[in-house]
Amino acid sequence: MTTPMTTPMSRALTLAGLAAVPLAVLGVFFVLPVSGMVSEGFVVDGRFDPGGVLEVLGRPRVHRVLWFTVWSSTVATLVAVLLGLPAAHLLHRRRFPGQRVLRSLLLVPFVLPTVVVGVAFRELIGEAGPLGFLGLDGSAAAIVAGLVFFNVAVVIRAVGAAWESLDPRPAEAAAALGASPVQVLRTVTLPALRPAIVSAASVVFLFCATAFGVVLTLGGLRYSSVETEIYLLTTNLLDLQAAAALSILQLLAITGLLVVTGRLRAVPDPALSRSTARPPRPSPGDWPGVVTTALVLLLVGTPLAALVTGSLRVGDTWSLANYRALGGEGDQQALLVPVGDALVTSLRTAVDATWMSLSLGVLVAVVVTRRSRSRTERRVRGLLDGLFMLPLGVSAVTLGFGFLITLDRPPLDLRDSLLLVPIAQALVALPLVVRTLVPVLGGIDDRQRQAAASLGAGPLRTFATVDLPAMWRPLTAAAGFAFAVSLGEFGATSFLAREDHPTLPIVIFRLIGHPGAMNYGMALAASVVLAATTAAVMLAVDRLRVSSVGAF
Amino acid sequence: MLTLDRLTVAYDGTPAVVDASLELEDGHVLAVLGPSGSGKSTLLRAVAGLEPPVSGRICWDDEDLAGVPTHKRGFALMFQDGQLFAHLTVARNVGYALRLRRTPRAAERVEELLALVGLEGYAERLPATLSGGERQRVALARSLAVSPRLLLLDEPLSALDAGLRERLATDLREILQSAGTTALMVTHDQDEAYAVADRLAVMRGGRIVQQGEIGAVWRAPADPETALFLGYARVLEGAAAATLLRAAGLPVAPAVAVRRSALVVDADGPLRGRVVSGRATPELIRLVVDVEGIGELDAVARLGSHPAPGDGVRLGVDPGRLAETPAGH
Amino acid sequence: MSRALAPVIAASVVALAVSGCSTIGSGSDGDATDGASGADKPSRVVLVTHDSFVLPKPLIKQFEQESGYDLVVRATGDAGILTNKLVLTKDDPLGDVAFGVDNTFASRALDEGVFAAYDAPLPAGAEDYRLPGDDDHALTPVDNGNVCVNVDDTWFADHDLAEPETLDDLADPAYKNLFVLPGAATSSPGMAFLLTTIAAYGEDGWQDYWTKLMDNGAKLTAGWSDAYEVDFTQGGGKGDRPIVLSYDSSPAFTVSGGRSTTSALLDTCFRQVEYAGVLAGAANPDGAEQLVDFLLSPDVQAALPESMYVFPVDPSVELPQEWAKFAEQPTDPYAVDPAEVSANRDDWLREWSDITSR
Repeated sequence: MTTPMTTPMSRALTLAGLAAVPLAVLGVFFVLPVSGMVSEGFVVDGRFDPGGVLEVLGRPRVHRVLWFTVWSSTVATLVAVLLGLPAAHLLHRRRFPGQRVLRSLLLVPFVLPTVVVGVAFRELIGEAGPLGFLGLDGSAAAIVAGLVFFNVAVVIRAVGAAWESLDPRPAEAAAALGASPVQVLRTVTLPALRPAIVSAASVVFLFCATAFGVVLTLGGLRYSSVETEIYLLTTNLLDLQAAAALSILQLLAITGLLVVTGRLRAVPDPALSRSTARPPRPSPGDWPGVVTTALVLLLVGTPLAALVTGSLRVGDTWSLANYRALGGEGDQQALLVPVGDALVTSLRTAVDATWMSLSLGVLVAVVVTRRSRSRTERRVRGLLDGLFMLPLGVSAVTLGFGFLITLDRPPLDLRDSLLLVPIAQALVALPLVVRTLVPVLGGIDDRQRQAAASLGAGPLRTFATVDLPAMWRPLTAAAGFAFAVSLGEFGATSFLAREDHPTLPIVIFRLIGHPGAMNYGMALAASVVLAATTAAVMLAVDRLRVSSVGAF
Repeated sequence: MLTLDRLTVAYDGTPAVVDASLELEDGHVLAVLGPSGSGKSTLLRAVAGLEPPVSGRICWDDEDLAGVPTHKRGFALMFQDGQLFAHLTVARNVGYALRLRRTPRAAERVEELLALVGLEGYAERLPATLSGGERQRVALARSLAVSPRLLLLDEPLSALDAGLRERLATDLREILQSAGTTALMVTHDQDEAYAVADRLAVMRGGRIVQQGEIGAVWRAPADPETALFLGYARVLEGAAAATLLRAAGLPVAPAVAVRRSALVVDADGPLRGRVVSGRATPELIRLVVDVEGIGELDAVARLGSHPAPGDGVRLGVDPGRLAETPAGH
Repeated sequence: MSRALAPVIAASVVALAVSGCSTIGSGSDGDATDGASGADKPSRVVLVTHDSFVLPKPLIKQFEQESGYDLVVRATGDAGILTNKLVLTKDDPLGDVAFGVDNTFASRALDEGVFAAYDAPLPAGAEDYRLPGDDDHALTPVDNGNVCVNVDDTWFADHDLAEPETLDDLADPAYKNLFVLPGAATSSPGMAFLLTTIAAYGEDGWQDYWTKLMDNGAKLTAGWSDAYEVDFTQGGGKGDRPIVLSYDSSPAFTVSGGRSTTSALLDTCFRQVEYAGVLAGAANPDGAEQLVDFLLSPDVQAALPESMYVFPVDPSVELPQEWAKFAEQPTDPYAVDPAEVSANRDDWLREWSDITSR
């Protein structure tokens, strides 16, 4: 059974063995396609010619684009964290009726197709909209608001999961020593949450930096980000040199970000004691949480409400006709398949993407959080940690085209495989899963595993006794994320989805892209269906997490 | 002075503390003794301001503390497992409250406190590297840093092993006495309570069943259950109690609590019995004897005597190891 | 057993437990495993197209029965993505036949040798739609549509304002802040409108026009749906701009009480033609050719308006009633030589971006 003294050699083998599967997946479905696509830019007429790529990097437009990307992502991340933290406290550390519904609702934006959200947002802030007087349409502020709209749930859910299992006693001890609530927050709670906050923020930053639809739709073409630029260069101009240059820029920027966040995440003693105490009801002292949650709800709820209202309007009257139409194939056959079928495809794909990203994510999380015995080992683990974040930071266009040109011959003739869509979605969700699990797994006192082993628990039993109960909540949170990412994923899916099995976002995209009042109404109705499904799934997952599976 | 006046605290509608009234004068150390689940920790948390009372009042020097948040009560709470801040060094843990108040010359005070708890040279260590006893000492130093008007101790020693607990209990008492600290300690261990406190309150089922000077409570448990909890081996009632009390030369009472060593094998003793079982310990031999007119009772015999099961023995009674109690039920 | 194995086992158990309700176990899709190569006689024909491609199911069945091949449709992205995908995979094509490359992207595909020559018999009158410069007849025109400025007739009637008619009118201060259009860099109709202005004002004159247009408060959006559904007064969102860039067929979708509330300005149009072609290196060239022929058959041509919102290239096909009534086609739309587009797209877009984001 467990040998307490493992040799460095066997440790290295273990590390390699655990990392092998995720690495292989990443290699085939990320490194290979992206490097294939980037190398297209370096090879001109069969010759290696890096000059063109370097020339692109010197263009003033590229600098402007890069600056805007960094600026908008940073601001949006900051706002998302500032709004998300108090809301996470209220929604995960306090108990009140309707809490689960609220938590599920907040995750809805995450899955909505940007094109629909763009329309919903612009109906509010556009010149003719109720908020038109703010003059937000086409402004950078609108882009930031849109990015926050999509991503604030990541902060709330990821930090909330960590906060929920945080032992309240250190905070009570601090209060008993005379620390005011603000001082408790600053000196005890935030340091304990820092790994989770930094993790969530880095993921949000990556999502913002690679946002595509929001920047285009809400920015009214006045702003370009690295992502929109790559899209334009690749899909419209086929300027692969410039696209390669920007992709490399993206990779470099992400690597930089990962190094910084890796430093920030590190804490002297990550061991967290977990609590299962029932959270109290909100008290007057919770007003910051209440106020920001209300703000977040306003930000998230208003466009959603506009969406629901729009879906219930036919002409100038209220009607369910848009929903009834979803069962057929639509006005002028704009609907590819009945929405029910698309929903089923979406859900099945999401199930696949979820288990794929969860199994990979658990492996990666285990690999990067086991205590390192040497500096080299720690470096290797750190490197792996970062490596799996990369898919989030690379353009879906690059990845999508890369799939086509690299996965085209045996043994990797996968271009037509049904699995490609869930795999691509799993890659996008993987960093979220890893970032949700790592802070918790890293916080488990290794002595607990040793204790279990010493009591005669085999490796599997040790994992089930020590790791699984600790991981249960974040694992369900991660599953929710992965599911939501998959349900709403559009970029990679639109490249890979097959005509006979479109997912719901693809159907919505098609509906809204064609004239006819009915199509517009149906697109909104289908979005509401997608949103409601998401909320229902999240609610179910939320219920699941209180079950006693982890209590062995 | 801390006063609790008919305090009731509930968790989710289930009362954990019921109608508790207490007084603790400055400079005294009060131990609240009770089995687990008796509500003693809830009582402590309510005093700290971590749980809101359902009814009743918590007062300090006649000032009602209702609405005063934890951090403004001027109390310090020391948890069972110390609850050191894992991300701070020992010195920064101890100096935590000093930094909150921007106390000048905090570093010196931290040195003093570490010396007080016997941890010189530990300043730069992280809590994870300390032993259980060391952590508790750091936690104590941290609690004492700003000289709280009331120190709240939640089972401060129960996580420690027996030898360490005894030593630290003595240290704790000395430290509290030398600092003149008023302290409220909850514990389920009567030895711990006896070693540290000078006043005792016994809690059971959320209610305070008895309180007073520690020796007085000891000598006169309020009821049979309290007696058992205070370490008395058995409680006799009715005729058995009368027989025993008469043998001890004491006035008859409806019930009597008997310590394990109250009956001693003595050839001239007034009671007769038959040995049921015996067990040698390093100092004496512990017996269970079926005493005529009373029933089975614990007794002791000197080392060197060899009463075997079935032997008839005579027993003397040490009146100092009996306590009259009101009858139960 | 090493402790390290535990998570692997746990993960696999979870994976097995969950895969029951996934897409993998369902086996609903036989063709995923049945590769195009390998078999002696191919059993299927693979159509690569953009995501607007739709054909009624009975027509697809009809083709499969007549040709004896299964039709597999791979539809992703827009015309630009489709073209660039074809270019990038020309050595190992994604299928046998492609549909949806339009006249603004066709030259690139031709230059790269994506298509094999196949001279499909065109219906009478469809010759007009041939791609200029495609002398080998690699591309077969299948449908067409015009990108035209649309106006909200009711709005102009309500406001007692004469409707604009020409491109110049759009830059007239009388129509200040009334025009909304999707951008050329991000939308195919947007690009078509840029080409309209290049055709109208010449390679050196369009820049001035756009400067005036922007000064006159033209609003740019990312895509067609943002412009039409959000900002246009007759769109789903009831916007406040009565002039929008859309298609010549759009008035057929705003019919209310027997008349259309919008109309297309026929002097502002750019013609888009979509082509089909056999891919070079196709595994099933015979099936590919049959499919191209099929797309030109009267049944498919007649289905185009309602399936894909485009006009057939076969002028003899009867149009749906509302199209015949309300969707008027321009007689002499603007055009730019496809080779020119291919050569200058990059520069034009860059210039355009500079002007419009000023």
